[in-house]
Amino acid sequence: MMRKLFKFPGGLHPPQHKEESTKQSLRAAILPKRLVLPLHQHIGEAAKPIVTIGERVLKGQMIAKADGYVSAPVHAPTSGIIHAIDIFPIPHPSGLSAPCIVIDSDGLDEWCQRVPQAEYQYTPPSHLRNLIRNAGIVGLGGAGFPTFIKLNPTPGKVIDTLIINGVECEPYITCDDMLMRERADEIISGAQIMRHALHADHVIIAIEDNKPQALEAMKIATRGTDIEVIAVPTKYPQGGEKQLIWVLTGKECPSDGLPFQIGIVVHNVATAAAVHRAINLGEPLISRIVTVTGSATQQPANLEVLLGTPVNELIEQCGWKDNPDRIIVGGPMMGFALHTPSVPVVKTTNCVIAAAQKDVSPPSPVMPCIRCGECAAACPVSLLPQQMYWHARAKEFDKIQDYKLFDCIECGCCAYVCPSNIPLVHYYRFAKTEIWAQEREKEKANLARQRHEARLARIEREKQEREARAAQKKAAAAEGKASAIAAERQAEVQAAIERAKSRRDQQRGKAEQMWQQGGRYNNEKEKQAEIQAALNRAKEKKELQFTAPKNIENLTPAQLQQIEEAEARRRRLAQATPPPTNNE
Amino acid sequence: MSLFAPSSPHYHGMTPVSIVMLRVVLALIPGAALYSWLFGWGVIFNIGLCIATAYISEALMLALRQRPIAIFLSDNSALVTALLIGLALPPLAPWWLPVLGTAFAMVFAKHIYGGLGFNPFNPAMIGYVVVLVSFPREMTSWAAPLTADHQTLNFTQTLALVFSGALPHGLHIDALTAATPLDTLKTQLHLNHSVDQIMSASPIFGAIGGKGWEWVNLAFLGGGLWLMYKKIISWHVPVATLGSLALIALVFFIIDPKLYASPLFHVASGAAILGAFFIATDPVSGAATLKGRLIFGTGVGLLTYIIRTWGGYPDAVAFAVLLMNMAAPTIDHYTQPRVFGHQE
Repeated sequence: MMRKLFKFPGGLHPPQHKEESTKQSLRAAILPKRLVLPLHQHIGEAAKPIVTIGERVLKGQMIAKADGYVSAPVHAPTSGIIHAIDIFPIPHPSGLSAPCIVIDSDGLDEWCQRVPQAEYQYTPPSHLRNLIRNAGIVGLGGAGFPTFIKLNPTPGKVIDTLIINGVECEPYITCDDMLMRERADEIISGAQIMRHALHADHVIIAIEDNKPQALEAMKIATRGTDIEVIAVPTKYPQGGEKQLIWVLTGKECPSDGLPFQIGIVVHNVATAAAVHRAINLGEPLISRIVTVTGSATQQPANLEVLLGTPVNELIEQCGWKDNPDRIIVGGPMMGFALHTPSVPVVKTTNCVIAAAQKDVSPPSPVMPCIRCGECAAACPVSLLPQQMYWHARAKEFDKIQDYKLFDCIECGCCAYVCPSNIPLVHYYRFAKTEIWAQEREKEKANLARQRHEARLARIEREKQEREARAAQKKAAAAEGKASAIAAERQAEVQAAIERAKSRRDQQRGKAEQMWQQGGRYNNEKEKQAEIQAALNRAKEKKELQFTAPKNIENLTPAQLQQIEEAEARRRRLAQATPPPTNNE
Repeated sequence: MSLFAPSSPHYHGMTPVSIVMLRVVLALIPGAALYSWLFGWGVIFNIGLCIATAYISEALMLALRQRPIAIFLSDNSALVTALLIGLALPPLAPWWLPVLGTAFAMVFAKHIYGGLGFNPFNPAMIGYVVVLVSFPREMTSWAAPLTADHQTLNFTQTLALVFSGALPHGLHIDALTAATPLDTLKTQLHLNHSVDQIMSASPIFGAIGGKGWEWVNLAFLGGGLWLMYKKIISWHVPVATLGSLALIALVFFIIDPKLYASPLFHVASGAAILGAFFIATDPVSGAATLKGRLIFGTGVGLLTYIIRTWGGYPDAVAFAVLLMNMAAPTIDHYTQPRVFGHQE
């Protein structure tokens, strides 16, 4: 079946230098006396040691367990005694040191008990993933992402295609090539296990057409299966996950997404072989194939190396020839130069280049950018490396992000073609690091601000509470005073009422007295007469209104009497018959 | 063992700037050689004066700017600029014309802006345009080609003319010089002659373009194609420039062939080919994206036609390139390619 292949933009055809290390067949490296195993050989959290110094460990025994989900355990590559758990130099672009477990080999290479998983086809994927996780398998292509996570797609996501990446596009590196040539069956077996774990419909094995022997071996190994072996035209950086997906399927993995989101999972061929060993043989990841090459070695070769083997011991097995100009771990395009050759081989070490001067470009003067655009033409992600370079130089980090800095895969194509010899990738790494640092700073500042605000709020709250308490106290005191005043006032009111009452009583008493003084009605007749008299008086009063005196209220009974008398006199004078009177 | 630990990539497949520039120079040589053979020693003198001035003024500016002189002088960029000015000037120009033009190009158009890579305008075209608008009389005295039955001067006669203005006894400057074909066409069209009449009447026209010029342009075309083959320049600018020039010429030619010269004439005359392959392709002052280069080239082609046909000067390519230089940053801004993995 012919599969339609797609072309990704840009890319290069750098000199391959692959013949040197493929002349010899795979062989095991010499068992070293001392192995240094970094706890952090993968993406994610470093593993946690579970052994003590002086303890004897067996080959394949777990010596550090995974710490968290994105993590991978570390196993003893051979039997021996734990010599140290301490900080040692590790293979890192910055020449860093990190915690490592050091094993002194006892030369017996004695295995711990291996438990193969029989009949993976009938084993639930979750159990397979667990076994793969406990075997410490991470992506052996160079990135080192824990493999079991990539075999654990989000529920509901259908994985359509499993791609086994045997592209190996970087110059000099041939470890995957040799693995495919010599252990094709292991790769196919591992691929089948992974396919089972993923329930993937299709499995594609992609190999660049500059590896005819590997292609042939893989085609033979896949006979009778529905696994496709596809030869892709040689072009760097075809081995990039997203580039390879595009080439094989024409699907574009979103910038901020992962391949499983478009139904694809990509694993390296060496990872597949490691999965096979973990499931079918019960062997954890304790060794890997490393290409040892470069003009400073006498006999470049691919060796099966125990993890933790020092790089210089490894190169010695292939023989030093010249003084190396630099020792590169990984390929010449994306690998990094070692600061010291005594660092150990780790799970992601695919190639060691003891590079003589003729292998590498000597440092030459950097000329000004002439905007030739070669970089943009070479970029596999269609970035504008030139514009990013200007912004990185000017430290305009927001602008460089507008040019999609974080889509840069650091493949080095732009710097490779730059006629002015500008170390473009270096500028992008710098910009990325600065942006990350700024973001961390921002986060830190945010945290500090939050803490500060919380502190201010606390102080404010405490102050308010204090004030509230003080106010309460004051209020309580004030309330006491107020109630006293109120009581006083009440008392005053009471007194006033009393006074008023007494006055009223007094008045009533006076009135009664007056009534008494005025005599009492002895019988009805008298009462009637009196009423009549009153009516008459009223009548008279009405008649004499014009003479009725004002201001007769509040007069003392004596005065009233005088007035009455005066009135009576007047009436007598005015009328012949004097009105009847109560006065006797 | 302490090792040198530089950043990746660890090896380069680059063609250094100096080699890029040198290849441009090599590609110009056949055309320049043919040009001087057809038009006399003046061409060689121009180029020589331009190169000398370019190196002296560049060294001076580098010294003033405290830059490493040897590294920058050996990048060959001054050589390219000098050669382009030398080829653009009239072959019998007095010595101070190439000196002035080149010095202006190097000092003001290049180093004032920050030297190689920082100039917004093509330095050679700036140098050319400055002397063109300043000294129109000297700039329009073109040597007539050998093939146009005019007399040509020998080495010493040319030397005397260029450096002292002294003509051989009995010769008048009009006997030596002629207007360029483009200029002639333009002047004659103003006198209500048809293109056909003009081209058959004047001895300076050949089969398709100017006599002699056709061969020079063919040599430049060869050099340009070689540059393309060597991947020093991409096809975008030359194809867009010549294509748009030919297309617009064709449109007007169809409308009225009496008033408008044929597309072939426009492409083969003047500096169209030199401009399309060697001037508009200057990466520093041109557009950087591929789509941008197509737009840039199209602009150069259209402006060349417009300036030639309706403008005041027949030297349209220089103005067209400079005008498009101004537009280059804007073109780049609007022609960014879609980044892989980002939807539109």
